[in-house]
Amino acid sequence: MEHIIQVENLRKEFKAYSSRTGLKGAFRDLLTRNYKVVPAVNDINFSVKKGEMVGYIGENGAGKSTTIKMLTGILTPTSGEITVNGMNPHKERERFVQTIGVVFGQRSQLWWDIAVQESFRLLKKVYKVSDEQYDDHMNHVIRTLDIEPLLDRPVRKLSLGQRMRCELAAALIHNPPLLFLDEPTIGLDVLVKLKIREFLKEINEKYHTTILLTTHDLSDIEALCERVIMLDEGKVIYDGALRELKEKWGDRKELQFQFLETVTITAIRNLTNSFPVDWELDEKERVFTATLEDRDELISQVIAKVVAAFKIKDVKINETSTEEIIRNIYEKGAVEVG
Amino acid sequence: MKRVLWKLDKYLEMIRIRFLMMLAYRTNYYTGILIYSINIGAYYFLWASIYGGKEQIEGLSVVQMTTYVAISWMARAFYFNNLDREMAQEIMEGKVAVELIRPYNYLGMKTMQGLGEGIFRLFFFSAPGLIIVYFVFPIQFSWDPGVWLLFALSIVLSFFINTELNLLTGITTFFLYNNAGLIRAKRVLIDLFSGLLLPISFFPGWAQAIMKYLPFQGISYTPSMIFTKGFSQQQAIAAIGQQLIWVILLLLPIYLLWNVAKKQLIIQGG
Repeated sequence: MEHIIQVENLRKEFKAYSSRTGLKGAFRDLLTRNYKVVPAVNDINFSVKKGEMVGYIGENGAGKSTTIKMLTGILTPTSGEITVNGMNPHKERERFVQTIGVVFGQRSQLWWDIAVQESFRLLKKVYKVSDEQYDDHMNHVIRTLDIEPLLDRPVRKLSLGQRMRCELAAALIHNPPLLFLDEPTIGLDVLVKLKIREFLKEINEKYHTTILLTTHDLSDIEALCERVIMLDEGKVIYDGALRELKEKWGDRKELQFQFLETVTITAIRNLTNSFPVDWELDEKERVFTATLEDRDELISQVIAKVVAAFKIKDVKINETSTEEIIRNIYEKGAVEVG
Repeated sequence: MKRVLWKLDKYLEMIRIRFLMMLAYRTNYYTGILIYSINIGAYYFLWASIYGGKEQIEGLSVVQMTTYVAISWMARAFYFNNLDREMAQEIMEGKVAVELIRPYNYLGMKTMQGLGEGIFRLFFFSAPGLIIVYFVFPIQFSWDPGVWLLFALSIVLSFFINTELNLLTGITTFFLYNNAGLIRAKRVLIDLFSGLLLPISFFPGWAQAIMKYLPFQGISYTPSMIFTKGFSQQQAIAAIGQQLIWVILLLLPIYLLWNVAKKQLIIQGG
């Protein structure tokens, strides 16, 4: 299969200026300034195949947005090779951007003061989309995203959720084979989120659109992506299937107990000291949490022991969430893959 | 020809969008008319008192002077735009990222936005304004189509010179991050040296000699002098030629600076 995105030893450095202290320092800063060269993206490699939906995740400042900006031709890399859709994004910018769609969750690409449909009309001309293509494709997009009634309103009068759906439609006017989404669901309510996810899945199936998605909301990734690339301090620390990540790190379960009577944590620890269980107590909620291996037998034995000894108000069995897995990985550093 | 039109299509659409945006802010439009009328009025009375009883100063009669003031303000409505400020804002807020993911030339698109704004003001602002001014102040209009043609040519070139200077100022934001002061200084400089506030022929000889080698007089002085017949036809054609040379010359620093700017672009705000 062909590679849509190919990144080799990609690096981007920024100068980080620091101010000297005091009045004397401020005057010296006028003449020369101290700076450090900081690599925001530090020699990363990866490739994406056609039709894949890839989650690109990392903490704030991990270098996600910088990577996206290099992949879309906005920023010039300090060193390294990028090939996207068979082109060098920065060198052939005008021809290249014709083949991609981009949504930046934090900034609008529609014209603020005019009606949404006027923006669409301009973009249609900009991307040289014929009337037939537009009608065929966009009517469907508009219907699915349910933005028909919003088209004649100026963008500044739309709510965030309404605007985001229009932004997504705007990014798809030329039906690009590759879509970059930089935090597309930031600040949206659950219903809009679901709608957007459904829609992304649909276009992925219908047109084999390749999607690269960055987000802080891991439920987006869980719902959409089979593969994740995890970034930390400018380095790729994990690249592989989301499922594998879960199997490897998510092999534990949580049991939560609430009791009718007052129970001390030592008492409960003593009670189950024959099993490999870690207990924790949330003082405020009076919730006791046991973390243990995911073995059916072990779990039922622990529950049986606790239930026999104390009066129970509530019991819950939880799987380790993806969020917890990710947190674990960041705490422990790089993941050994495979 | 058809391919050229196809290419221009998106730029023409941008002019339309700018029209719509101007219409979206009607209050700006009305206050603009008011400000221009006040300016023309103030300069008229100022010049009337300077002339006192005198027939002519520096080869211009008082009627020619009044016409000069009125016409240079009306021409300003066409060539003037805030592209430098808009660019600075787009760069500082990081919106330039969105512009760069579109298959067009950013600076070309900006120029078209300026042109859209200029055409809008020419028809809905200068033209009605000039009719009002014509009835209020003693102004002498020439009805010679040759003069009108040269004038039209000249203000189009004024627009390009002024826009190119604005783009240059705008691009400096990439290097300075905050260039509000520079933008303001440039504006005052242009108003003064372009002959908007004072015809170039009123400047001392040594200043005139220097200004001959600067692009500024091509912005306001040239079209206004053509319209008031302060220039003979030959002088007019020479001045328009000079404007054209500046339009072409200014492309070079824009091209160079823009290429450097793109390489060291930092998108602000993540």
